[in-house]
Amino acid sequence: MTMTSEPSGLPARKFRERYPLLALILQRLGLSAVLLLAVSVLIFAGVEALPGDFATTYLGQSATPQAVENIRSQLGLDRPVTTRYFEWLGNALQGDFGTSWASRNSVSEQIGNRLGNSLFLAFFAALVSVPLAIALGMVSVHFRNRVPDKVINVISLAAISLPEFFIGYLLILFFAVNLGIATFPATVFEGMSFVDRLKAIALPAATLVLVVLAHMMRMTRAAILSVMSSAYMETAELKGLGAFRAIVKHAAPNAIAPIVNVVALNLAYLVVGVVVVEVVFVYPGMGQYMVDAVTVRDMPVVQACGLIFAAFYILLNMLADIIAIVANPRLRHPR
Amino acid sequence: MPELLSIRNLKIEATSYPPGEPPKRVTIVDGVSLDLEKGKVLGLIGESGAGKSTIGLSALAYGRGGAEITGGEVLLDGQNILAMGKGGIRKVRGARVCYVAQSAAAAFNPAHKLGDQVIEASVRHGLMTREKARERALYLFRVLGLPNPEGFGDRFPHQVSGGQLQRAMTAMALCSNPELIVFDEPTTALDVTTQIDVLAAIKHAIEETHTAALYITHDLAVVAQISDDIMVLRHGKTVEYGTARQIIEEPRQDYTRALVNVRQTGKEEAQDQSGTLLKVENITAGYPNGFKVLHDVSLHLPKGQTLAVVGESGSGKSTLARVITGLLPPLSGTVTFDGKPMSAALSGRSRDDLRRIQLIYQMADTAMNPRQTVRDIIGRPLTFYYGLRGAAKTARVKELLEQIEMASGFVDRYPAELSGGQKQRVAIARALAAKPELILCDEPTSALDPLVAEGILKLLMRLQEESQLSYVFITHDIAIVRAIADSVAVMHRGKLVRFGQKRTVLSPPFDDYTDLLLKSVPEMEIGWLERVLATRRMESAGN
Repeated sequence: MTMTSEPSGLPARKFRERYPLLALILQRLGLSAVLLLAVSVLIFAGVEALPGDFATTYLGQSATPQAVENIRSQLGLDRPVTTRYFEWLGNALQGDFGTSWASRNSVSEQIGNRLGNSLFLAFFAALVSVPLAIALGMVSVHFRNRVPDKVINVISLAAISLPEFFIGYLLILFFAVNLGIATFPATVFEGMSFVDRLKAIALPAATLVLVVLAHMMRMTRAAILSVMSSAYMETAELKGLGAFRAIVKHAAPNAIAPIVNVVALNLAYLVVGVVVVEVVFVYPGMGQYMVDAVTVRDMPVVQACGLIFAAFYILLNMLADIIAIVANPRLRHPR
Repeated sequence: MPELLSIRNLKIEATSYPPGEPPKRVTIVDGVSLDLEKGKVLGLIGESGAGKSTIGLSALAYGRGGAEITGGEVLLDGQNILAMGKGGIRKVRGARVCYVAQSAAAAFNPAHKLGDQVIEASVRHGLMTREKARERALYLFRVLGLPNPEGFGDRFPHQVSGGQLQRAMTAMALCSNPELIVFDEPTTALDVTTQIDVLAAIKHAIEETHTAALYITHDLAVVAQISDDIMVLRHGKTVEYGTARQIIEEPRQDYTRALVNVRQTGKEEAQDQSGTLLKVENITAGYPNGFKVLHDVSLHLPKGQTLAVVGESGSGKSTLARVITGLLPPLSGTVTFDGKPMSAALSGRSRDDLRRIQLIYQMADTAMNPRQTVRDIIGRPLTFYYGLRGAAKTARVKELLEQIEMASGFVDRYPAELSGGQKQRVAIARALAAKPELILCDEPTSALDPLVAEGILKLLMRLQEESQLSYVFITHDIAIVRAIADSVAVMHRGKLVRFGQKRTVLSPPFDDYTDLLLKSVPEMEIGWLERVLATRRMESAGN
């Protein structure tokens, strides 16, 4: 870092005063790394603490103490916990999550495929839900406390109140069973054409959109409303500016930070929280992979999935933080 | 000659939602009429709730927070702007009539540069090209005496001081060459030493551009410096309307007379210097980030007397109070109370130490829990220090209410149901409940209207006489110092620049800062501003 080039005094402090923005961003990056490390410990410890183990599950009724012991030593489970943790962490940092106990395949390879599917689904759900949520939020600000606002509110609340598996089954019932215009199950496979893939994910993506829409919409509405009641919006109105210009030019820049935060939280949910939706629609993504691994105590897979989910969560929230920092003129232009 | 602005029988109403009662319509402004010629300034004066801002905003056909103009006419050059419709009103706002808000800090958008905001209305209304508007902004920055006018427009609101922001807001209003500007308490939030500069800048700019203005304030001394005519308002009605000279020199109504004569009381200072209650020695204090707020401050206060601490915002006066109470342990120095050294930190003080020193804050609003009744608020110290509960507590609360001249019926009220003055009285009763020997008053009257503030000061003086209370009274208002203090400490940038008996401190020879401070306090006299500015020019010419 450039800190060392400071001639004298307290270099860290000076750096912070000179480049508050850069310092804050570096701080966020550092914090994220520490957080991820802490999560890795938690995941490893949590998996260790789970009752029952792979050997007994795998061997079932025929488990003799000797057979269990053999499998344990085969998998290296007889070594101390700390050794195994650092070995796992070191390999994970290089992208190697070990071998699946159940299938004996490389976890990284399998995950690569599954993660791609999950991201594909999340991306299209986000592509629809984020602009829709923000637009609906703005519409409901414009018509606040009038009929359109209330209709949007009621529908989005209903969507968020229903469990996602229920919404999923409802959509299947209407669009796949009754109307027959959608595909179910949402299985995708290698060599499938892009259009077919899109068709396959239509229902799960719609389910996800319905689940995350309300939260983002309501936060957008609240963020813009709180900005709208500020004195500078009155200034804009008393300058004789039109409603559209006032919202776009004067309200939006100040509402970015809270909106970005809730969008990031929901994007993270789209990646991390798809477990149920993937199971409902039999979609071969990360969520289903993890659920399968948990049922057979396939620990390397569970750990890898947990760590990747955590990484996504932290990454997206860090991005939101950084965008909020950059959007703040006080930090961008220090005194 | 046709009037530029002519308001006829204005009536403005709003719906209020009193807690626990059905909503009701209230009349904010009732039957007000006024006339303003081109290039003249009309001052609107009154206490809060008098409807003066509401009348000012009606010149832009705007009702703030649900206020609705329900009757009368607002004629701009003979045209009723209330009948213009949305599009027509938009063409008036920001082009022909502009508005300067009380808090420029809140009224500027933090996300945009000052220059862009200043020229926005002129450019959007198609009154001038961007280049022309920039030139005009630069000219106005110069007229208003802003530092480095060429670079000023490129700065963001948080990068300049409060006084500069207020001037920038004036530049924003003047930029489109409007016929009328509404100034809504443009100097109320500023220190006196800053206020005089902004006032002079506004006056100069108005003369330079021949713009007419409505100047709204609660400070008669300020409005006397800038207005041709003055209208006194109370409860939404006109009390008196006349030329500035007539209102100041020959007020006809009792209410106006009270406003003119407010704070002309003085107090003979106590001479007795024995029996020191509070002694502060060599206090240096600051915050954990290394920023020092107080530098080597020493002062003392005899029993039963009042020490006024004066200075502008950021001078460290509130920090001194925090050090005395133990809320902020100083970096060095000692606080001695009644001959006994006090622990620097709050945790090292006994319950009785805490009881003997109480605090009253500037904003009674935020210093009280809005979900507690007056009984709970005043009763809390009674339970905490004296273990009073139930009927005994209620009886004592009623006694305290009587002491602060409030009826016992107030025990079950919530803060939201009290006026500003009543809230501050309850805060005083809460402090009294502990039976303290010293009360630290942190600007307890600066958020109140002059007449209400006077009532609070009289109450504090009466309590002092009755029970030998001592006060450290923090204020930025010299008139209050004259009215209540025995000794005075003048603070500037964290240092004590002057300390002693009131008479000595407020008499020449002065140090530079005290001189500036005393000369900046507006006096209830036409032509005061010109006189001060003329002396300043002579002094700077003499240098």
